[in-house]
Amino acid sequence: MTRATHPETAEMQAIIDRHLGMEGPLLPMFHALQAEYGYVPAAALPLLADTLNLTVAEVHGVKSFYHDFRDHPAGRHILKICRAEACQAMGANDMSARVLERLGIDWHGTTPDGDVTVEPVYCLGLCACGPAAMVDGRVVGRANSDRLLAEVGA
Amino acid sequence: MKDFILPNDRDLGTPAREGAPVTLTIDGFDVTVPEGTSVMRAAAEAGLQIPKLCATDSVEAFGSCRLCVVEIEGRRGTPASCTTPVAPGMIVRTQSAKVKKIRKGVMELYISDHPLDCLTCAANGDCELQDMAGVVGLRDVRYTPGQNHFEQRAATGANPQYIPKDDSNPYFSYDPAKCIVCSRCVRACEEVQGTFALTIEGRGFDSRVSAGGPKDDFLTSDCVSCGACVAACPTATLQEKSVIELGTPERSVITTCAYCGVGCSFKAELNGDELVRMTPYKHGKANRGHSCVKGRFAYGYASHSDRILNPLIRDKITDPWQEVSWEEAMRFAADRLRGLQDTYGKKSIGVITSSRCTNEETYLVQKLTRSVFGNNNTDTCARVCHSPTGYGLGQTFGTSAGTQDFDSVEHSDVVLVIGANPTDGHPVFASRLKKRLRAGAKLIVVDPRRIDLVKSAHVAAAHHLPLRPGTNVAVVSAMAHVIVTEGLMDEAFIRERCDWDEFTEYAAFISDPRHSPEATALLTGVPAEDLRAAARLFATGGNGAIYYGLGVTEHSQGSTTVMGIANLAMLTGNIGRKGVGVNPLRGQNNVQGSCDMGSFPHELPGYRHVKNADVRAIFETLWGTEIDPEPGLRIPNMLDAAVAGTFKGLYCQGEDILQSDPDTHHVQAGLAAMECVIVHDLFLNETANYAHVFLPGSTFLEKDGTFTNAERRINRVRKVMAPRNGYADWEVTQLLANAMGAGWHYTHPAQIMDEIAATTPSFANVSYDLLEERGSVQWPCNDASPDGTPLMHVDGFVRGKGRFIVTEYIATDERTGPRFPLLLTTGRILSQYNVGAQTRRTANVVWHDEDVLEIHPNDAELRGIEDGAWVKLASRAGDTSLRAKITDRVSPGVVYTTFHHPDTQANVITTDFSDWATNCPEYKVTAVQVGLSNGPTAWQREYAAQATQSRRIVPAAE
Repeated sequence: MTRATHPETAEMQAIIDRHLGMEGPLLPMFHALQAEYGYVPAAALPLLADTLNLTVAEVHGVKSFYHDFRDHPAGRHILKICRAEACQAMGANDMSARVLERLGIDWHGTTPDGDVTVEPVYCLGLCACGPAAMVDGRVVGRANSDRLLAEVGA
Repeated sequence: MKDFILPNDRDLGTPAREGAPVTLTIDGFDVTVPEGTSVMRAAAEAGLQIPKLCATDSVEAFGSCRLCVVEIEGRRGTPASCTTPVAPGMIVRTQSAKVKKIRKGVMELYISDHPLDCLTCAANGDCELQDMAGVVGLRDVRYTPGQNHFEQRAATGANPQYIPKDDSNPYFSYDPAKCIVCSRCVRACEEVQGTFALTIEGRGFDSRVSAGGPKDDFLTSDCVSCGACVAACPTATLQEKSVIELGTPERSVITTCAYCGVGCSFKAELNGDELVRMTPYKHGKANRGHSCVKGRFAYGYASHSDRILNPLIRDKITDPWQEVSWEEAMRFAADRLRGLQDTYGKKSIGVITSSRCTNEETYLVQKLTRSVFGNNNTDTCARVCHSPTGYGLGQTFGTSAGTQDFDSVEHSDVVLVIGANPTDGHPVFASRLKKRLRAGAKLIVVDPRRIDLVKSAHVAAAHHLPLRPGTNVAVVSAMAHVIVTEGLMDEAFIRERCDWDEFTEYAAFISDPRHSPEATALLTGVPAEDLRAAARLFATGGNGAIYYGLGVTEHSQGSTTVMGIANLAMLTGNIGRKGVGVNPLRGQNNVQGSCDMGSFPHELPGYRHVKNADVRAIFETLWGTEIDPEPGLRIPNMLDAAVAGTFKGLYCQGEDILQSDPDTHHVQAGLAAMECVIVHDLFLNETANYAHVFLPGSTFLEKDGTFTNAERRINRVRKVMAPRNGYADWEVTQLLANAMGAGWHYTHPAQIMDEIAATTPSFANVSYDLLEERGSVQWPCNDASPDGTPLMHVDGFVRGKGRFIVTEYIATDERTGPRFPLLLTTGRILSQYNVGAQTRRTANVVWHDEDVLEIHPNDAELRGIEDGAWVKLASRAGDTSLRAKITDRVSPGVVYTTFHHPDTQANVITTDFSDWATNCPEYKVTAVQVGLSNGPTAWQREYAAQATQSRRIVPAAE
C-alpha cells in the first residue's frame, strides 16, 4: 500500500503543493506525505517550512506532537493495538504480548522481513468491542492474537 | 531573570497594555490599570507578586504552569492570573487557602522532575524555580523517584529520557535536564526575536525544547544567538557560559552598546570590575529589552590579548614599534605635528574622528584640529557611510537626521526598506519591524539581493524590487512617477507643508514618460508592473515609513536618492506623525553623534557652517582661539593631498580607514606619504601598519560619555571598569592637545557635554543630570522642546516648507564591460561588525570566519566555479581572492561580499568614484570579473607580509 523508497525532492514538493489552497494545510500535507511514503521523510521538513514560510523547528514541533507521523518507513502492514483502559480490562495486554512474541518484535517494531509494524494506540473509540485493534486503517473488534496475526498474514 | 539590582526592573509577568483605566481590588488593595492588563500585572503594579513560572513580561501570557492561579469573587474555579484580564470592580484574592494548596501541589510536581543540585547550579541565586519553591513554602516532595529527565543513569541502565547538554553555541548552553518546559524560550524566540528557531518537540512527558529540526543543535539551527531565550529562561536550562564560568553577578550598570546605530541599552553585570554578562535593559527606549548576538555576547574583544595597552612610537613605518610611556609618546607626537606645521604649513595636518567613540570624545577631537591645529581638517567615517543622508535630508527637510523614534514602527502600515539589510545590520530594529509585519503591516524591499526580510519565517515582502546596483535614483523616481501620474499623492499635505511652486516644477519633471517604470525597466531590471504595484501600495496603504541604509547612500548618486526618498515621503504625506517618516539606519553606534559634534570639515557642532562668523564667534569666545573660516579637507582630499605631498600628519581616532575606505591602494599610498600618522585604537589595526604613533584606546566599558543613535537618542555610556590602557579616550586627546600647548583641563565628560550644550542650540538643555533623570533624550532638546523630540517635523518642516528637489538619474561612471562584466555590491553579516576589529576577536567567528563571494548559479556555471571554490575577484582598482558561495539570493550579473576580514580586503576592489555632493564612496557598485584561482593573490601575500613586519613590537626596557 505504500512505497518506502528514497523520495525525490520534486515529487515531495508536488505532493505538498497539491494542498496549498487549503486553510491550515500543514497536517493534510503530513498525511499526504505519509500516505505516499509510509512515513514523513526528514527531507520534507525544509520543503514544508519553505513552502509555508515557517521554520524547520515549527514543522518539526507539529510533526513530533502527533505520534502517528512516522520518521522512518513502516512495514507493509500496520497493526495498531489499543492499550487504553477498556481494552486492557478485556485482556489487551496479554493479547498484545502474544502478538509481539510471535512476531519477535517490540512496540513500534517492524518484522525483519518488513511485513508488519506494531504500534500502540490509545483508544479507537471501540470500547464496547474490546479488545480493539486497527489493521491497515480498518478497525477490528473483539480481537484476539490469532485473528490479528492472520489479518496481517503472519 | 531575577532582578537583583534595580528595583524598577522587576518582571511584571505580562506585557503592558494601553487602554482606559480599570479599577479592581486585589487582596484588599485598590489598583487602577489600563484595560486589557492581566490580573497578574495589575497585582505586580500594586507590589503584590503572584507566584509564576511560565509568565514573563517580555512575552504574551501562556497559562501553562498553573502556579499563578487566584480566586476571583463571583467566578468559578481558580483562573490563571496571567491570562485573566482585569475587569472593573473585580475582587481578587491571591493568597486563599485553596490557591496556596494548588500552588504547593504544582511546585511539588515540578520539583519531582528537577535535579536538587541548587548549590552547584549555575543559576543558584538567579533561579525563578528556586524562588517559587520558596514563595509557595514547598517543604517536601512526596513523589518517589521514578521516570525523570535529569538522571543520567536509571536503575536499569542508561536513562532514555536524559539528553546531554548542548554546548554548541559559543555563548550559552542548553541543559535539558534542568528544563521545566515553560515555553518561555520558544515564545521569546518567536515574539521578541521573530526567528522561530525553537519549538517544543513531542508531547506530554516527552515534551522537550528543540532547536531546529530533529537532527539540529543550537548552532546548526536557525538560532541567531540573540540571547532572548536565555534572558527568558527561569532556570539554568539556557544559561550564559560566562555565568557558568564566573558566577552570578552582584552589581549592574546601565550603559549603551557600542556596536550598531540602534543604540541598545544594556545592563553590564559584574562582580567587582569583572564583567560577567551583558543583558538588554528593559527600559532602554531603542531596544525595549531586546538584543543581538553582538551586543549581548561579543564583548570579549575588550579583554583580548591583541589589545595594546602601552603607547608605541617609531621613527619610520619600516621600524619595529617601541613601547614608551604616555609622556614620551605625547611629546613625540606633539613635536612631530608641530614640526610638520612649521615646515609644511598650518593646514598640513588633520584629524579623523571616530563614530565609535563618545560624543564628548568626538567633540574634543574636532576641537583639537580647529582650536589647537588651527585648521578645519576634520572628517569622520560618516563620510563613507551616511554623509549623503546629512546632505539630502538637510536640503529637503532641514535636518540631517532620521525623523522618527524606533517605537514609531509599531504604528506603520507599509514599510519600504531600501538598500538596507536590517536582520543583519540592525538586528534589534529588524525584530521590532518583523513583529509589526507579523501583525499585518506590508513590506516593500528594494534591494539587488534577496535579503532575509524578503522571505523568512512568518514574514514575506509584498514586493521585492531586485534592482541593478546603481539604479536607485531611477527606481525611486519611477515610484514617484507612478504616484504623481496616477494622482495618488496627498495634495492637502503638499499644499500645507511644502513649497507648492517647487512641487509643481517637480511634478512636471517626474511626470515625464522617461521616468515611467516601463521606460526604466530595462535599465533597472525591475519589472514595471511590480514597481507600479509597490508604488500604489506605498501611496495608499496607510502609514508609510521608509527605512534605508548604505545601499542608498554609498553611490555616486547617494545624495540624489536620499532626496528622492524625501520626495516620496512628502508626496504621500508620510511625515510628522507616528508610523511614518524617513529613517536612515545608521551604521555605527555614534555615527549620528559624530556628525552632530562637528566632525565634518565645513561644519561646527550642530551642522553650522564655519563660514558664518556668528557661529565661529561662539566657539572663539569660549575657546579663546581663532577658527579658520575656510572648510578643511575631507578624507579623500586628505589622502589626495598626502599623495601630492601637501598633507603630512593625521590623528585618526577609532577608525580603520585602510580597511574600511574604498580603493585600498590609494589609501595605502596616501598614508605611506605622511610623516606622522597617529592611530588611536584598541588594536594594531590595518591603518596602524602605516602609523608612527600608536595611542592605546579604551573600550566603551571603560569610560563615561554619550552615544547618539539613529533616532537622535542621546544615551549614556557608563564606566563599569577602569581603562586597562590607563586613560579614557577623551583623556588621551586632552593629553595630546595639552602636549601641543592647549591647556585644557576637563576632569569629567559631563563638563564636555556642558560645553556642547552651551554652544549648540539643539543640545541646549542636555546635561548628564537630565540624562540621569530621563534615561535618554532625543535632540533637539532645548527650551522649545525640553523633553527632546521623538518625532521631527510634526507641525512643519524644520526648514519651513518641505522642498521637492528634482532627481535626475545619471548613471555612474563605473560600468560593466567585456573585461569587468559583473557588478559587485558589498554588505555585512549579522555576527560581524564593520571591519571586524572587535567581532573577529570574539567567538562570533564560528558563524563567519571568512568573507565569501555570493554568485548566481548561472554566472558560476559560465566560469566553471563550484561552491566553495577559490576565486579571484578583480576590478579596475585591484584584485583579491576569496571563496565562492553559489546562491540565487543575488541576481545574475551581480556578485556580493562582505568586508569584515582584512585577509580579503574587499575594498582593494572598490573604486574611488563617489557621491557628487558629499564624496561618499561608491562601495555598492564596482564592475568586476570573477575567475577561478588557487588561493590568495600576490597582493594579498605582500599585504600580509607587510602587516606582520609592521606589527613587531620592542618592549620598553625594564
